[in-house]
Amino acid sequence: MSKKRVVHYINQFFGGIGGEEKADIKPEVREGVVGPGMALQGAIKEEAEIVATIICGDSYFNENVDEAKKVIMEMVKKYDADLFVAGPAFNAGRYGVACGTIAEAVKKELKIPVISGMYPENPGADMFKKSVHIIETGNSAAQMRKAIPAMANLAIKMLKGEEISSPAEDKYISMGVRKNYFHETRGSQRAVDMLMNKLAGEEFVTEFPMPNFDRVDPLPALKDLSNAKIALVTSGGIVPKGNPDRIESSSASKYGKYDIADFFNLDEMSHETAHGGYDPIYANTDADCVLPVDVMRDLENEGKIGKLHRYFYTTTGNGTAVASSKAFAEEFSKELLADGVDAVILTST
Amino acid sequence: MVKEIERAGIPVVHICTVVPISLTVGANRIVPAIAIPHPLGNPAFDKDEQKAIRRKIVDKALVALTTEVDGQTVFED
Repeated sequence: MSKKRVVHYINQFFGGIGGEEKADIKPEVREGVVGPGMALQGAIKEEAEIVATIICGDSYFNENVDEAKKVIMEMVKKYDADLFVAGPAFNAGRYGVACGTIAEAVKKELKIPVISGMYPENPGADMFKKSVHIIETGNSAAQMRKAIPAMANLAIKMLKGEEISSPAEDKYISMGVRKNYFHETRGSQRAVDMLMNKLAGEEFVTEFPMPNFDRVDPLPALKDLSNAKIALVTSGGIVPKGNPDRIESSSASKYGKYDIADFFNLDEMSHETAHGGYDPIYANTDADCVLPVDVMRDLENEGKIGKLHRYFYTTTGNGTAVASSKAFAEEFSKELLADGVDAVILTST
Repeated sequence: MVKEIERAGIPVVHICTVVPISLTVGANRIVPAIAIPHPLGNPAFDKDEQKAIRRKIVDKALVALTTEVDGQTVFED
């Protein structure tokens, strides 16, 4: 029997083309395996062969979704794939969104099984976990050795047409699918057991986790812009030149608060970015393209807004844990309130 | 962060390039930006033109802040 054909999608970094300075490359295809495909190939070699690897820049994909999808779809079609694998993307946000988007499209249009791999906090996981089997991975590429066997295991099951087990058994992120089966103990018994464990302070596993709808209702609109004090906040990592507080280039453990009272404009002498998740050349030349201090000053002088708050708050949003970002904002929002700030403009790269 | 700021009681607008991420994160007022490495600028243009582009986006953000919304709203052109 001939081996099944797998097409693998990776980004410019794992493709060995380059880092952020190459994040704008268009999709290209290489015959055979590239980068992480090597380990994946090793793990599935009995059943299948990676016939082609598609490499696309993360920024290019996210900024040109329709075009990228179309071109990549044609590439996958050409190689007559039996299975499409995207990633793993770990906690890389743009990469995760790209993997999820393209995997979902391939599954829908070409009707072949697809797999990706992501850290649960990757925004791509939340967006696509219902439509794509996404293996749960650690938060960085250091976890590749754990991610690949899990992805390979599911890949082989899919290629053989075997039944896919529960998320816990096959290590993918729950798709919210319910399946009927006969349990050895009846429901009432299991419920009482669970309750007893809970009362005894022991561990118990719910059979119906509540969905996590963490939504905040929008606040009413600002009534009077011309008297409003507006603050700038960014996840784009803009910091004073030299990054005095050493905010990490990814997975930030802190945020910065910096005085801009004397600035009419940010330039290469005064500010730069600490963010390691995008090509810094533009922000390092003119940080206004991430944190629009120049325009806010104009608006202030024209009387369109009351005042630009004298401090801006900043962190690097890439790979930073949701819990950390939440804690940062909880803390500085109190300061913003105490300082009488009426509204915030938050910029993200 | 955008959600926590709003939860604290401060109206907030999110200017961002990858709108689907902002929607997933839970921002309510969203203004799309230009590109990931330069959300509020475009190096294809000269300094003044870039500033004009930036002004347009910030103006839109101010419109967003002064517009009542029911739920997540993307302020397109």
